[in-house]
Amino acid sequence: MASTPVFPTQTERGTYRSSRKVQARVLEGVTHVILILGALTMIVPFLWMISTSLKDFGQVFIIPPSWIPNPIQWGNYPDSLNALPFARAYWNSTYIAVVVVASQLLTCSMAGYAFARIPFPFRNQLFIVFLATLMIPQQVTIIPTFIIMRNLGLIDNHLSLIIPSALFNAFGVFLLRQFIMGLPQELEESAVLDGANRLRIYWQIILPLIKAPLAALGIFSFLGQWNNLFTANIFLSSPDNYTVPLLLNQFKGLYITDWTLMMAAATIAVVPVLLVYLVGQRYIIEGVALTGIKR
Amino acid sequence: MATSVIGTEEISVPATPSAGSLLRSRRSRSAALWGLFFIGPQLLGLLVFSVIPVGWAMILSFMEWGGLGDRTFVGLANYRETFQSSEFRGALSHTILFTAISVPGSVIVSLLIALLVNNVRFKTIYRLIFFLPTVTSSVAISLVWLWALNGDFGLINTYLRSWFGADPPNWLIERDLVVPIIALVSIWASIGFNMVIFLAGLQSISPSYHEAAQIDGASRARQFFNITLPLLSPTVFFVTIISLIGAFQIFDLVYVMTDGGPGNASSTMVHYIYETAFVDFSFGLSAAVAMVLFAIILLVTLFQFWGQRRWVHYDD
Repeated sequence: MASTPVFPTQTERGTYRSSRKVQARVLEGVTHVILILGALTMIVPFLWMISTSLKDFGQVFIIPPSWIPNPIQWGNYPDSLNALPFARAYWNSTYIAVVVVASQLLTCSMAGYAFARIPFPFRNQLFIVFLATLMIPQQVTIIPTFIIMRNLGLIDNHLSLIIPSALFNAFGVFLLRQFIMGLPQELEESAVLDGANRLRIYWQIILPLIKAPLAALGIFSFLGQWNNLFTANIFLSSPDNYTVPLLLNQFKGLYITDWTLMMAAATIAVVPVLLVYLVGQRYIIEGVALTGIKR
Repeated sequence: MATSVIGTEEISVPATPSAGSLLRSRRSRSAALWGLFFIGPQLLGLLVFSVIPVGWAMILSFMEWGGLGDRTFVGLANYRETFQSSEFRGALSHTILFTAISVPGSVIVSLLIALLVNNVRFKTIYRLIFFLPTVTSSVAISLVWLWALNGDFGLINTYLRSWFGADPPNWLIERDLVVPIIALVSIWASIGFNMVIFLAGLQSISPSYHEAAQIDGASRARQFFNITLPLLSPTVFFVTIISLIGAFQIFDLVYVMTDGGPGNASSTMVHYIYETAFVDFSFGLSAAVAMVLFAIILLVTLFQFWGQRRWVHYDD
């Protein structure tokens, strides 16, 4: 009686489609479970940090640990802030990073423009030298740089951190050169016909066109400066000159056993940066992605 | 500064018969001056903070010098001392162990997370969360993990005891565990950055490839291995190189979490370079170790570039 259907019937096709749909749902559910576990692994240490920073000393040793401190011990924050000059360190870190980023954006974009557009002699050879220096680890140049800074009398002076970074960033030169190479030349040609010189072309035509890579480079080197421990540790010696990472490290040396104060200090160092990150996260993440694509 | 350069460009009007060649030479001279003007600051930086220091460090590596006073030329003695010292060999093997765990670990985990995040709702929220450690200073990360890994009252051991009844070790004080643990923290800290680069790479793959494969009935697994992975291979290569170079230079986590301890069980090459130069003030010896590190990084990178022909596909 039953006819043998050559094509799947309406209901069969329907169940096939809905089973695919169920499959996709399950797959997405599993994906979310994995990602949520991963995300928790990322967040929990920070929550633990904040939780500890709000406990009194006795609560730290309760097992199992309570996540919500009772009573909340706000006093750890003023205690940490008074123990070491944190406000000062914040100011130091901020202004060093801002000065370095601003100078790098200028010098790197100038060099990037020259390498991309001006046919000066030995251009390619010089560019290869720039690229080659990307391979040199910082640890090779640190001793001579230290001696140069000592001869200039700049040890324990912020200029010893600012000058080398402001004047030299081969990665930044390379990044911006790649972007400028990719710009169409017609705009510049018409400007030349109008009698504009190279300085005006650079300032009025090139710079506005590379805003996105400039922002990306700026974010990238700001993060690098802000987190810099290695050279800051070598060049700076008095706590009043310390940057945030350096001060935090000194804090660890002094209060290693008092975890509540330590975590309050860590929170003070981390949270303002995280707030800036939350506000500008799209630009920050996309900026980092951009520097990664244009190698 | 700018006006003087502009001024030189407008010097003298060509009046001789060979006006064409003169014009050409004038144009190339103006290009040279403009070039010098624009690369000037970075060229100065290149010379003073890279080229000269590298040469200087190389010379220093053949000398004995405490930073002040006499320098004596000692030939290869610093290199001999480096390779004979058990501290250096320890630092080298810890660095290699750290690299062997953290680089594959970070590349694989961040690639997997990027693949999962790429096709899912709330993508931006996940991306935001995984990226958190990238904007956190490594000192703060070290402190947080130092506390979480604390043997007696740390987050991890407390829960290992109460949930699993385990008897966990004091992680950072165990000689055999300390480097792998620091490598795990480093993976945790680097996932977000690598993931963002991978996501950017995934987005640059044109969806038409996957659509075509779907029409041909290719399974998800086949699509991944035959389309996604080959087209993503330049990004994988890039992330691997960056991670390798970074791993060989590991310093911050080690310096803050253990300062090379217990004993020298977690000292790495850069930690050793730092100690010899700025704690012991043996600048010559430290420079020699730095040159060895340079050579290792160079070799590993060149090896990667040589090896990439076998597995990296460039789509042009």
